[in-house]
Amino acid sequence: MPNGAYPLVRRTAQRFRGWGGVAAMAVACGLTASLTLLPLAHGGDAAAVPGTHGGAGIGTGVQIKADTCEKPWASLTPSSADGPSIEAIKQRGKLVVGVDQSSYRWGYRNPETRALEGFDIELARAVAKDILGSEDAVIFRAIPTNQRIAALDSGKVDLVVRTMTINCKRIQQVAFSTAYFQAGQQVLAPKLAKDITGYDTSLKGKRVCTAEGSTAYEALEENSFGALFKDEGDGTKDDKDLLTVPNQLDCLARLQMGEVDAVVTDNALAAGQAAQDPAVELKGRPFTTEFYGVAAKLGNDDLVRRVNQVLVRYRQGPWQRAYKDWLEKDLPGITGPPPPLYK
Amino acid sequence: MTHPPNAPAAPAAPGPARAPARPAGVPAQPAAAPAAAPAAGRGAWAVGRERLRVATTTEPGRLQILGAVLALLVVAFGAVTALQVDDRATAADDVVSRSQPLSADAAAIYRSLADADTTAASGFLAGTLEPEESRKRYDRDIATAARLLVKAAASTDGSGESAREIATLNEQLPRYTGLIERARAANRQGLPLGGAYLRYASQQMTSTLLPAAERLYAAETVHLQEDDESARTWPFLSLGLGLLVLAALVWAQRRNYTRTHRVFNHGLLAASAAAVVVVLWLLAAHTIARAGLDSARAHGQESLQVLNSARISSLTARANENLTLVARGAVLTEDGKNDKYEAEYTSSMGALTDALATAREWADDDAGRGPVDEAATRTAEWKQRHKDARAKDEAGDFDGALGLIVGSKESGRSTGQSFDQVDAALERALAHEQAEFTRSAADARDALTALPLGAAALGILGAAGAVLGINRRLSEYR
Repeated sequence: MPNGAYPLVRRTAQRFRGWGGVAAMAVACGLTASLTLLPLAHGGDAAAVPGTHGGAGIGTGVQIKADTCEKPWASLTPSSADGPSIEAIKQRGKLVVGVDQSSYRWGYRNPETRALEGFDIELARAVAKDILGSEDAVIFRAIPTNQRIAALDSGKVDLVVRTMTINCKRIQQVAFSTAYFQAGQQVLAPKLAKDITGYDTSLKGKRVCTAEGSTAYEALEENSFGALFKDEGDGTKDDKDLLTVPNQLDCLARLQMGEVDAVVTDNALAAGQAAQDPAVELKGRPFTTEFYGVAAKLGNDDLVRRVNQVLVRYRQGPWQRAYKDWLEKDLPGITGPPPPLYK
Repeated sequence: MTHPPNAPAAPAAPGPARAPARPAGVPAQPAAAPAAAPAAGRGAWAVGRERLRVATTTEPGRLQILGAVLALLVVAFGAVTALQVDDRATAADDVVSRSQPLSADAAAIYRSLADADTTAASGFLAGTLEPEESRKRYDRDIATAARLLVKAAASTDGSGESAREIATLNEQLPRYTGLIERARAANRQGLPLGGAYLRYASQQMTSTLLPAAERLYAAETVHLQEDDESARTWPFLSLGLGLLVLAALVWAQRRNYTRTHRVFNHGLLAASAAAVVVVLWLLAAHTIARAGLDSARAHGQESLQVLNSARISSLTARANENLTLVARGAVLTEDGKNDKYEAEYTSSMGALTDALATAREWADDDAGRGPVDEAATRTAEWKQRHKDARAKDEAGDFDGALGLIVGSKESGRSTGQSFDQVDAALERALAHEQAEFTRSAADARDALTALPLGAAALGILGAAGAVLGINRRLSEYR
């Protein structure tokens, strides 16, 4: 967003001495405006695939079997043994977890309590309780999409629990736990829009909103059924952010403003959107299969094994309770967590 | 203004006066088309020419022509001076009462909009119940912007760049506030959707409103500079004409002296005195006006700019300080080593400190230095408090850090309070420099106000003197 202001600033600054102040103000505002809210702009990351694999996402991830990775969601065997990274966390006394703060029901900041809560947050607390003995021994850091891996690499966070999809591209960069949730791409539209029936020909001529670089966008690129889903200048600084937006939640704002007709995103996140607006609903069936995992820095095997150990127990009850508390209302009919798969 | 009607007479008179020169050189020419010309017309032409020929060859005739030419020259001088100086006086008045206030208003519109956006975003940190203070500040910012936009619209002529930007701002501002209210409604219900609307609103602000406000400021600043330039341009035509008039009067008096051996002709002397007064007045008034405009530019305009940039830096620093908490410290600089917002905060605080140092240097009296010093003290305090807050956050005490940065008004120890104090001090400093500017520029304008009328009156007096002086000589032939 500040990018738009720079050329202006530069031009004006050349013209007027002392206008630098106002130029600085433009930058200030760019910062204030975009950056204040930037951390909120990432909910779509579960669907965001940094790579350019044509039609990435798990649905196609399965097809890549013959390629380099067979089942990216296969993780290390569980273990409670302490290793160097667990030791470091114990020494610090706090587990630092990168989370989302605007994905309703998953990881979001409750404006009333100012506390982070949701399905992902509960899982992070369960890990903290297992390692440090208290579910409050955790520091949450809200991470934007593009810095998830950098945050892990630089050691700013120990874990990322943030509706993060496990895929072949990402397992090259970070280590994932076993899958803790199964999701899929789905269409969201107003209840009154009876003519939209799902990811099919009913999208023809409709304006469809997706998060930038998401699997949803890539799916539409492959087959859009005649829907309008691209902005002028997509992928460049001049992106108008009309049909492709930084955050899946931005799509709901545009849907409410009548600027788009439908949204494509993970059903897990779409359910969160539907929960915020009783006038919209999920249409049709999910058309991909994706698994969410907890990410750690590549090489921190002891931590990954420990998380897998936590997940073994978490699947026996706590998972179902968290599902009931946070997700069942908007995402009904899920009988249990996906079974773990080990290497 | 009685002279403009006279002015057209000026070119008319030399016509007949010079006309004899051509027939004298080429006498056969009028006769070249005798057949076509009616007899009466030809007679009138001939009579006129004959009279002029007589006039140029006899002393009374020459005196008559001389008197007419001198009177016309003096009147022309008075008229041109009045017109040229009036232009400059109008330009100087525009600087004081129109273009500079408009330029300052445009900067204020920009600041208000930017501040509203920062305030709205900061309110997000506070939770479901936005603090009353923050809400009031937002309302005040929007009200200021709306009021100044109306004012700016009334002062522009309905066309051109400024009008276009004002139209954009007027169209987009209600849309922006609408989005903010949606964000507030969602936030109140505890929905993260509020954040999405806030982002959308901010995007409108950064991509549409602020650039328009910036262009408006640029356009108004260009107007200010144009007015300033036209106010300070020397009236060369008027000065040249003044010298010509003086030379002609000296020549006429010398001619008078050589022919009559009379040293003084009172009429011509009065005309000369009037011309000298106008020339000296012109020189003096313009020198004073230019000095006033220079001082307004050096002490007022430039101080205003550096103070504005200080204010913007403090706004940036504050925004980034909030962001360190919103982002919870996980957004890194490009090299991945430091907290991005903390780094931005540090550089903005550096810019603020530098701007304050420059502003202090440029402040030319204690009244100007006072608020700048106050701002510098509060900035130092702010830095210290920020350090304490960071230490708490690093130690994992997020709520403690939040308290030190957002804090309640009663505690009086938060960096938010420091920011408000810096902002208030800078506002006082800006008001002082604005007054300085207005005073200097108004002095410049006042130096020119009486001149147009004076030049016109003296021009008429001088012309009357010249005519009376020549007539006195002429009467000696009757």
